Amino acid sequence: MINFLAALGRTTLSRLAGLGRAFFILAQAVFRPTGAGASIRLLWPEIYSAGVLSLVIVAVSGLFIGMVLALQGYSILVDFGSEQSLGQLVSLTLLRELGPVVTALLFAGRAGSAMTAEIGLMKATEQLASLSMLGVDPVQRVVAPRFWAGVISMPLLAIVFSSLGILGGHLVGVDWLGVDAGAYWGNMQASVDFRVDVLNGLIKAFVFGIFVTWIAVYQGMDLIPTAEGISRATTRTVVYGSLAVLALDFFLTAMMFGDY
Amino acid sequence: MKTRAVEVTVGAFVALGLAFLAWMAITVSGLDFSPADDEYRVSARFSNIAGLKPRAKVTSAGVTVGRVDEIALDPELGMAVVTLALNGKFDQFPLDTTASILTSGLLGEKYIGLRMGAEFDYLIDGDEIVDTQSSLVLEELIGRFLLSGSDD
Repeated sequence: MINFLAALGRTTLSRLAGLGRAFFILAQAVFRPTGAGASIRLLWPEIYSAGVLSLVIVAVSGLFIGMVLALQGYSILVDFGSEQSLGQLVSLTLLRELGPVVTALLFAGRAGSAMTAEIGLMKATEQLASLSMLGVDPVQRVVAPRFWAGVISMPLLAIVFSSLGILGGHLVGVDWLGVDAGAYWGNMQASVDFRVDVLNGLIKAFVFGIFVTWIAVYQGMDLIPTAEGISRATTRTVVYGSLAVLALDFFLTAMMFGDY
Repeated sequence: MKTRAVEVTVGAFVALGLAFLAWMAITVSGLDFSPADDEYRVSARFSNIAGLKPRAKVTSAGVTVGRVDEIALDPELGMAVVTLALNGKFDQFPLDTTASILTSGLLGEKYIGLRMGAEFDYLIDGDEIVDTQSSLVLEELIGRFLLSGSDD
């Protein structure tokens, strides 16, 4: 009994300590950036590796998800003779849900895991320790640029995803299945509201960006610096990142679209 | 990779994202950047608006002339008060204009159709459309049909 309580207490304390370290890293990354010029120069390569290199997978996934949505939506809508609403279905689904969520899942897998592995390897090869010895704060030098790069890249990637999805829906719906192009765009414009749908989708992507990158850099900084530790931390980044995205998405949707 | 090349690709990435956002605003959501035409508001009382929602279209002869701005209940008369925001371009609706709640298609969304009257004075901001025709409620229609059937 006492052993059980001790185990429970140990787990709770270590979880709380981990949470504390995570918040500490977040606070340092957000509130103590390096000097403006230096941090911008550090930011570009990170946006390149987090954003630009994720562009291809995000663009291709967006295109195909839009095409599948159009195909599936058409086969159901045509039964009710309302295939004119295809544009509305594709665009609202992508802008409100699939765009931010799928992009964040892909981002956790593509960029988040890379971030964790990179920081983890720096830790394992004691590069982070060397930085501290040189008087450079590793959080400022290594974590902050990666964190901001992720936060900036996610909304941009989500926009690209949704846009290509809508174009993919057009490709299948209009060019292949023969929905009227005017009806596709017209119904879309009538039902999509810039503030309610586009901006809320962007806010979602922004929040997901914060959480996925935060989890990625925390797992990288906090791992056990061995080969096995790095592999486990990389897995945790993807698993926790994806779960956080899906859970947050429910709450954000309830807050944003609960009234509609 | 050279710093210069990284900067160029990142710049292109950000520009691409912003370009798609602009495209989304204009083509997908139909956001209108031209200064908003001044609107004017008129109200109309309906005994039943079943299914009409805020932001629904207001049309006249099939042309969209405005949107439903607000729906409220008048507790004294037990009627729905619908405020219509009409585009300032269309300011020539006679005072005896009729407003009716219509359905697009069999199962489509509800919208308001305005039919012009013959008066010489036009509706202005704050006026009320007196002549209204409520939403057709399928259950009521069926009920009426059944009752009239039993008379025979």
